[in-house]
Amino acid sequence: MTMVAQTGANTGVQGNKTPDPAKRAASWRAVRRAAITIGLALATYELIARTGSFPRALLPTLPMIVRTLFAMLLDGSMLMHSLYTLYRVLFGFFLAMVVGIPLGILMARFRRVEQFFLPLVSALMPIPSFALVPLFMLWFGIGNLTTIIIVFYAATFPMIFNTWSGVRSVNPLWLRAAGAMGADEHKLFWKVIIPGASPFIITGMRQSFLRAWIAVVGAEMIAASNWGLGWVIFDAKEFLNADIMLASLAVIGFIGFAFERLVFGSLERNTVMRWGMMRSAKS
Amino acid sequence: MPLIEVKDVSLAYDTPAGRVQGVLGATFNMEESEFLCLVGPSGCGKSTLLNIIAGFLTPTGGEILIGGKKVSGHGMDRGVVFQDFAQLFPWRTALGNVAFGLEMKGIGKEEREEIALQQLKLVKLEKFANSYPHHLSGGMQQRVAIARALAYNPAVLLMDEPFAALDAMTRDDMQRLLADVWKTTGKTIIYVTHNVAEAVYLADRVIVMTPHPGTVKAEIPITLPRPRDPLSVEFLDHQKQLLNYLGQGTSKAA
Repeated sequence: MTMVAQTGANTGVQGNKTPDPAKRAASWRAVRRAAITIGLALATYELIARTGSFPRALLPTLPMIVRTLFAMLLDGSMLMHSLYTLYRVLFGFFLAMVVGIPLGILMARFRRVEQFFLPLVSALMPIPSFALVPLFMLWFGIGNLTTIIIVFYAATFPMIFNTWSGVRSVNPLWLRAAGAMGADEHKLFWKVIIPGASPFIITGMRQSFLRAWIAVVGAEMIAASNWGLGWVIFDAKEFLNADIMLASLAVIGFIGFAFERLVFGSLERNTVMRWGMMRSAKS
Repeated sequence: MPLIEVKDVSLAYDTPAGRVQGVLGATFNMEESEFLCLVGPSGCGKSTLLNIIAGFLTPTGGEILIGGKKVSGHGMDRGVVFQDFAQLFPWRTALGNVAFGLEMKGIGKEEREEIALQQLKLVKLEKFANSYPHHLSGGMQQRVAIARALAYNPAVLLMDEPFAALDAMTRDDMQRLLADVWKTTGKTIIYVTHNVAEAVYLADRVIVMTPHPGTVKAEIPITLPRPRDPLSVEFLDHQKQLLNYLGQGTSKAA
């Protein structure tokens, strides 16, 4: 549940698209503050790297990392690694939504489904997906299948839980009003329950994606070969290529950040925040 | 034949404190285009009775006929307006909310939006057709709810203290607006309130209910000419009469 706090805080700054100059200035201030924090952290790293107390190969300077990053971007290898990882994460995440959202809804709507699945979900959820990698490797071999299943495992539970909570928290007055206006079960489902539970479903998607992204990199380290951001990091240890590791880490961080902000942030702004079902944080 | 017949309707339910008689033997008829108010203190079963008529609750005794047909479950011959502003769908604009019932009826997008806009005009909100509910005031949200309940043209409009959560000034405006809407549409309306002045202002006939058990105590026709003046002597007389039935004489007015 700590992830709620993380994602929630992100929405505050960019929550509004209004061209209000005061708000825009506040938004710029926030960007500047973030830049200062990150800049200081990078400068500290660079200072330590340049003291020479550690071997260059283990603690490369920032220009070295940037050079490696550019080289990998230019020869296309970083793109391929990223595409492999994205394919696995999106596939697993998609499966998690396809299974998690309907299951969460069914659990919230039908007592017997809830009674059947809740113990199972509660028992499986605390198992770290990473702990299952060796077992799944035995079962499914090395490659895409295992990593996708690991991602799916990591991403499904937040999706189920949030959807389940969301449907249970749908205002009964909406169901009553819709029923009075002649909505049948099918219409009720699509026109009231899904949009009514959407704040929770979107939060579930965010948490789900975050866990999927963490899981894919871990799974790739052991269960992938030749391609993937996790694999390239793990492989780089063989040749003491800390620069490749750090360059890949930067790409991992960037893609995760981009999804969080651009995909889920804008999804939230255009739905639940626009509808006033979720508000941005007060300054 | 009356449009609505409420015949000896009772509802009892179990609570941790024992069996409670929410409504006991309620009986009355309603003509088409009549404006009926159910008045009583909280716990007198007026909202319960409305929910039975709406079909949200099933009576444990008696029956309700609308147009000669027995009520079972909710149906599109009745439109319902609740007290809570949250009854609107926050993910739909005012227009989208009003069009909901028509959409359920399977009416095409263009036609239903045209009808919905007319309904919004009726409650003087056509300028806010594309606003989401959270941008509207409480009074405006209740007006959207009225338009929404009228849009699919039900025979009866059921209103459960729709203005109780509004401030006094807005409530006065809303009562005038509702009286206008009723005059324009000629709808049959059942209106639940605990506010005696509101009942005298709006109703053709007031049904007074008293609690423990919830029973119909009196039926009082209000024949004052419309629009009514809440400060006229006749108006205040009617108010006093209602309060007496409620056992709340002039000394401790509701």
